[in-house]
Amino acid sequence: MIQFLVNRELRSEQQLDPNLTVLNYLREHLGKSGTKEGCASGDCGACTVVVGELDGERVRYRTLNSCLTFVASLHGKQLISVEDLKHQGKLHSVQQAMVDCHGSQCGFCTPGFVMSLFALQKKADGFDKAETLEALAGNLCRCTGYRPIIDAAEQACCQKQPDQFDAFEADTVAQLKAIAPRETAELNSGDKRCLLPLTIADLADIYAANPDARLLAGGTDLALEVTQFHRQLPVMIYVGHIESMKRVDVTADSIEIGAATALSDCYAALAKDYPDFGELLHRFASLQIRNQGTLGGNIGNASPIGDAPPLLIALGAKIVLRKGSDSRTIALEDYFLDYKVTARQEGEFIEKIIVPRAQAKLAFRAYKVSKRLDDDISAVCAAFNLRIEDGVVQEARIAFGGMAAIPKRAAACEAALTGAACDSEAVERACEALAEDFTPLSDFRASKEYRLLIAQNLLRKFFLELQAPEVETRVTAYV
Amino acid sequence: MSSHHKTIKTQAELAALFRADITTGVGRSVKHESADKHVSGEAVYVDDRLEFPNQLHVYARLSDRAHARILSIDTAPCYAFPGVAIAITSEDVPGQLDIGPVVAGDPLLADGKVEYVGQVVVAVGANSLETARKAAMAAIIEYEDLEPVLDVEDALRKQNFVLDSHQHKIGDSAAALASAPRRLQGKLHIGGQEHFYLETQISSVMPSEDGGMIVYTSTQNATEVQKLVAEVLGIPMHKVVIDMRRMGGGFGGKETQAAGPACLCAVIAHLTGRPTKMRLPRMEDMSITGKRHPFYVEYDVGFDDNGLLHGIQLELAGNCGYSPDLSGSIVDRAMFHSDNAYFLGNATINGHRCKTNTASNTAYRGFGGPQGMVAIEEVMDAVARSLGKDPLAVRKLNYYGKDERNVTHYHQTVEHNMLAEMTADLEASSEYAQRREDIRAFNAKSPVLKKGLALTPVKFGISFTATFLNQAGALIHIYTDGSIHLNHGGTEMGQGLNTKVAQIVAEVFQVETSRIQITATNTDKVPNTSPTAASSGTDLNGKAAQNAAEIIKQRLVDFLVREYKVTPEDVEFRNGQVRVRDLFLSFEEVIQKAYFAQVSLSSTGFYRTPKIFYDRDKAAGRPFYYFAYGAACAEVIVDTLTGEYKMLRTDILHDVGASLNPAIDIGQVEGAFVQGMGWLTMEELVWNAKGKLMTNGPASYKIPAIADMPLDLRVKLVENRKNPEDTVFHSKAVGEPPFMLGIAVWCAIKDAVASLADYRVQPAIDAPATPERVLWGVEQMRKLKTPAKAASAAEVEPV
Repeated sequence: MIQFLVNRELRSEQQLDPNLTVLNYLREHLGKSGTKEGCASGDCGACTVVVGELDGERVRYRTLNSCLTFVASLHGKQLISVEDLKHQGKLHSVQQAMVDCHGSQCGFCTPGFVMSLFALQKKADGFDKAETLEALAGNLCRCTGYRPIIDAAEQACCQKQPDQFDAFEADTVAQLKAIAPRETAELNSGDKRCLLPLTIADLADIYAANPDARLLAGGTDLALEVTQFHRQLPVMIYVGHIESMKRVDVTADSIEIGAATALSDCYAALAKDYPDFGELLHRFASLQIRNQGTLGGNIGNASPIGDAPPLLIALGAKIVLRKGSDSRTIALEDYFLDYKVTARQEGEFIEKIIVPRAQAKLAFRAYKVSKRLDDDISAVCAAFNLRIEDGVVQEARIAFGGMAAIPKRAAACEAALTGAACDSEAVERACEALAEDFTPLSDFRASKEYRLLIAQNLLRKFFLELQAPEVETRVTAYV
Repeated sequence: MSSHHKTIKTQAELAALFRADITTGVGRSVKHESADKHVSGEAVYVDDRLEFPNQLHVYARLSDRAHARILSIDTAPCYAFPGVAIAITSEDVPGQLDIGPVVAGDPLLADGKVEYVGQVVVAVGANSLETARKAAMAAIIEYEDLEPVLDVEDALRKQNFVLDSHQHKIGDSAAALASAPRRLQGKLHIGGQEHFYLETQISSVMPSEDGGMIVYTSTQNATEVQKLVAEVLGIPMHKVVIDMRRMGGGFGGKETQAAGPACLCAVIAHLTGRPTKMRLPRMEDMSITGKRHPFYVEYDVGFDDNGLLHGIQLELAGNCGYSPDLSGSIVDRAMFHSDNAYFLGNATINGHRCKTNTASNTAYRGFGGPQGMVAIEEVMDAVARSLGKDPLAVRKLNYYGKDERNVTHYHQTVEHNMLAEMTADLEASSEYAQRREDIRAFNAKSPVLKKGLALTPVKFGISFTATFLNQAGALIHIYTDGSIHLNHGGTEMGQGLNTKVAQIVAEVFQVETSRIQITATNTDKVPNTSPTAASSGTDLNGKAAQNAAEIIKQRLVDFLVREYKVTPEDVEFRNGQVRVRDLFLSFEEVIQKAYFAQVSLSSTGFYRTPKIFYDRDKAAGRPFYYFAYGAACAEVIVDTLTGEYKMLRTDILHDVGASLNPAIDIGQVEGAFVQGMGWLTMEELVWNAKGKLMTNGPASYKIPAIADMPLDLRVKLVENRKNPEDTVFHSKAVGEPPFMLGIAVWCAIKDAVASLADYRVQPAIDAPATPERVLWGVEQMRKLKTPAKAASAAEVEPV
């Protein structure tokens, strides 16, 4: 049985199909049709809802795409949908701001925007445009051109008043504490089930006993198998309640990130040491996805166009793989073998990711090129990590996404640079070497010729940024 | 006093109220009538309606071949799934199979052959969408592949057309080209565009007695769905009722494309007797339905040393997809707008309707007009680059004149031309000249990032070019408590039509819009409606509603004149009150008295647009009642190492006549601009070699997101400028014209790239200018040894 709050009402569910999404649960089971399906793939934000989770004695509110969230993920949490905002017949201040600023036209995307604005208002301390754009990057509107919605965000953040959620917060905290998971829960509809262990040991045992099970973390990729590819997932194991897999531990040498840590929660530690990693995470899908999707998942699904792996490989990150009580540590670059083929053995799972701390002598930069700047998949993602001493490249770690069947190091390029002086001849030789490293494909995102050319140009840009920091090189700096 | 009794106001109180104005009449920024419901999730869309216990859901099995003969279809395997009610093919349609809106060519279900990947072959009704999907995928279809045509240039060469080509001609372009001091030739591909309405196509159909159907559908064109549902069932139109409260976006994509799901539902509901719903999942929606027409353009232009055009020949080849749909009128409108703001001199414009094996392309905001305008704006840039002039100078030089140089290539005189003054205003307010200098200075110092600037105009003709469509009806009832029921033939897709029409009625009766109930578009109430399209929704339906309101108001005046023995001049409606010489009555009192005096309080209204005519055989006339004008100045910054770019600033000045609702009009201007910008920048449709659309969802097809809007966006409406024509309260249409303001961004990107070759060569950057295309433009500039050679538009020696 799983338990959660629908706003303030306790729901206990035993029989639900674990393949049921929160969107369909709201619309079809609860008859709440305010939340809309725009794409069922987590790309438009019309289905955005807010989930409240215990954060000490407070409730922390975050947006997510209900179309990509399985109901089991709600266990122990509070689900808030657009119907819950209006209180005692009066619009919530974020709703009123949207009305006042003429922020809706056709209205179909509006409930999703309202929920993103609600979570933004809860988090914000006054209006900040960058924060607003980040909060709304995962909500598409085809009518307004967004300007009135930004105005609404400003009004909602500047005129923030205590609302019913504040008034009931202590009560909600008590309710959430009362349903906090205490043992492995299970949602079982007969032919399908989802298990929700609380410890890594339980996970290891359950996975060993069910090696065909699919591990469910954020589900932002896994759920597409159900909503877009119409497959059914008979057994899932939800890892989102395993606290030790959701921790970020920063030591003198490394940043250790639990595999089930949401990308949003990886941001602070990674951005602090590696500003370019932070910038990439800002452009990594949308806030809704980053609130759900995990760093372990971005590695585990082994996509050639996942954005974190090239950066992690360039940084020399390692991952800890666990099976039962055994664990092994391997370099991330050794994890990816071929298209969607990894070094992971049956029953083995990624426990954590270990990223070295930044060092002054290492120059790290990362670049993402996509058709749309926000919430798009990379045509090419490049990461460069070079140790340069006295104008000579001593060590080079260069990795790309989108250039091969796996996220991959550019061995020939690295070799061309290693030991070379940082002059334009060396850079051009290294650019030529990239053509040996990669034979990219053409698809709807980019042609192979473009991919190779921008891979080379990004290397040129990297050196330009190192050698002439006064030169402007990034359009994303214009905000 | 009990709350059951109304407070009786004194004459002094009524007089005081009378002196005030209503707050929700025309010209006010009244909020969208559904705003409160949008934000609370209470606005009901078709998919939000309660379902019946025996509800059927429909899923369509689509062709996976671009062109093939159907050898056999076996639907028996579909019935193996519990819950399946029916699986239909073209043979099961009881009435007419074709649902082409103007001419035949669009079978509801593939009939013997398939002509694109995504064409509906089988439709299954089952008790859940998932069951219907599984069953539909189980049908066995055998094909024999035929050779597809997938490329528009290929279709043009083979003269593979869905309709005949057409020509607009003025003067002698061949002679003008031959004698012009300078001459350029060039070509351009312009991409299509997915509508990406947030609500996908949906219809929900309920069988009614007498063999009829009640159809709840998300459509811009209620009457056409009514007609087609009647035709596929073989029943008269009077048995079919269409109900359309609101769409979650339309943009032209629900002008003809809503009919398919409605008709499939109707056939299944007819055959099973069960309520039937079809909602297209996003991928299916994008695969089945048509989009904006991609165009291929060839031009040959002659001009003088200043850039003044002497003559032009334009070949506009629209990629229509597999069937005519609305392509006749769409390519016509591209031709009509291939002048944009410019006097072309001697012009020959040929429009071709190319047939390819892709989804049948359809109406999309601007209806071909944007493609025609992009063509001529490319010509303006190319002419300016070849002369080393600022493109804005060349544009201004070629603007239509006020009293001369003012006849279009379809022989309509351009009246009330606002181009010069609006451009001057925007040039000043955007500080164009100063920023042009600043940008040159920036670019000189910035090796990687380059800025670009462009100011482009819009002149857009308002009216359906199929003249008969320029008509509308409305229906108003006033109930005995003074509350008003308003209905009209237009459809609400977010554009604020219902709000504006309510404001118009409020203005006539001098009551607040809160007294007016807007109701779903319904073919029972207002028949024979035109589509809500061509930006005409308010012009037509607003006038019809005004007419209905004035008819009732006149009856009230006549009654009061009789009742109080006064003259009509003694009766005045204001702010919910009616003054009858010295007596003040509330609006409700007047209605009550009129009712008891047996005055009819219900009326239809009707409107037809005056002045317009067009003889297509002669390609001459006055197809447009008036023109709407706009101008945009866009500044962008481009990364010359990757082709990525960012919109820095856009200044817009747009003409809506006397605005009915400035907030809604600005919303239309901004939304249209961003949509137009998306079309020309990041929105790219890509098909594979077998004709399958690969960008069939928002993960692969990118519409502008919030960070893509310009960092600094300054939008102004032209103030104090009534439409000189007798439109509704002298407003102008606003739905489509500002879409083409987005062209400024496309030109600005190319301006930034052109800076690499000292602005002497027009970069060959087709639309959309994706980062990849921009980078190839950059490479083209870098490879130029001497800027005078190797141009995108090859310069031809004058003959």
